[in-house]
Amino acid sequence: MNRQTLNARRLLCPLPVIRTQDKVKTLQSGDVLTVECTDPGVMQDIPAWCRINGHKVLETRADDGEYVIVLEVV
Amino acid sequence: MNQQRKAVALISGGLDSMLATQAILEQGIHVEGINFFTGFCVEGHTHAIRKQDADKPKRNNSLWVAEQLGIKLHIIDVIEEYKQVLLNPKHGYGANMNPCLDCKIFMVNKAKQWMAENGFDFIITGEVVGQRPMSQRKQTMPIVAAESGADDLLVRPLSAQNLPATLPEREGWISREKLFGFSGRSRKPQMALAKEFGFTDYAQPAGGCCFLTDAAYSNKLVDLWQARGNREYELDDVMLLKVGRHIRPKPHFKVIVAREDGEARFMSGYKKDFMSMNCASHRGPLVLIDGAPTEEDLYLAGRITARYGQGRDAETVEVTVRTREGDERNIQVKPLPAEQMPQEWFV
Repeated sequence: MNRQTLNARRLLCPLPVIRTQDKVKTLQSGDVLTVECTDPGVMQDIPAWCRINGHKVLETRADDGEYVIVLEVV
Repeated sequence: MNQQRKAVALISGGLDSMLATQAILEQGIHVEGINFFTGFCVEGHTHAIRKQDADKPKRNNSLWVAEQLGIKLHIIDVIEEYKQVLLNPKHGYGANMNPCLDCKIFMVNKAKQWMAENGFDFIITGEVVGQRPMSQRKQTMPIVAAESGADDLLVRPLSAQNLPATLPEREGWISREKLFGFSGRSRKPQMALAKEFGFTDYAQPAGGCCFLTDAAYSNKLVDLWQARGNREYELDDVMLLKVGRHIRPKPHFKVIVAREDGEARFMSGYKKDFMSMNCASHRGPLVLIDGAPTEEDLYLAGRITARYGQGRDAETVEVTVRTREGDERNIQVKPLPAEQMPQEWFV
């Protein structure tokens, strides 16, 4: 299992979703991706994108203007 | 055994593409959605930036629609390629800087490329004959099909019965009788169909999904190009035109004044790209300065900055001027009264 981090700070939706989508294409099933963002819209959009595409959201957290989503590629 | 046919649907997040896709899903076709991000899409951005919109759902409607329909959605970044569409539209602009017909041709062409690369059979859009003054007229819909190269692989389920039969209809992949003959600007047929499909929640169309249809936004874009002497732009330019008051006191510089905390937070990410100001002696907005201001211009920018702060009625206000490198100095300014700000300064 491979762990990777994607910096999507300063990007507004849907760009963090697009960057996540493009990154996930390079990963294998079981890999874990942490996406770091500053747009609160990602708290809705990335989990929605994961549900649509069958990936698993392991964790979401918001902390002082930073939004982090951890997902597992299925 | 019949081959499972596959269609790619252009999903905008609005009701029409949602209905068009559902109409094809109901015929047993495998459908996946595609959504193109041009940089000018209304979806989400201002909601994310502006605090006053904090109570509005921040959902991306194209993702939401895809989830409701139970289909995959592919969001494609076309920011760079879209520049040629905006800068050189063969069919011209609409009421503002919106190149709607060229935009639709571009998107259908991109969908056709995606279709070929991914082994899909045809394309669906939510277009309705006569619904939009530029791209959805009886005369222009064949232009979209022809110039995109999609030709008779482009199916408009909501208006199919008003248009020549497409290949998927002629080949029997889908039944023309189960498609629709909507036309005109009335939304009633779509509302009725939404009810029939059981859709109770959907995005209400309000001036389209693109900032380029907005007169105020278009004016800011044209002003930016005029000030620079060329029509080049980057995504950051496009984003910054969506926020703040844009005030151009002189041709060679402009100030962007944050209207509230959400905008200030967003604009603070650009402090390394622009000179910036804020009131030091009073509460006040963050201001970015675009262009090449002289010292005299900076004083004027400082007066404007003070005018939008809580010290607007004070005799003097201390304003911090910050370079892109982060060097700061304070200047004392007299806030500019509203009557000394001509309307033509406001972009």
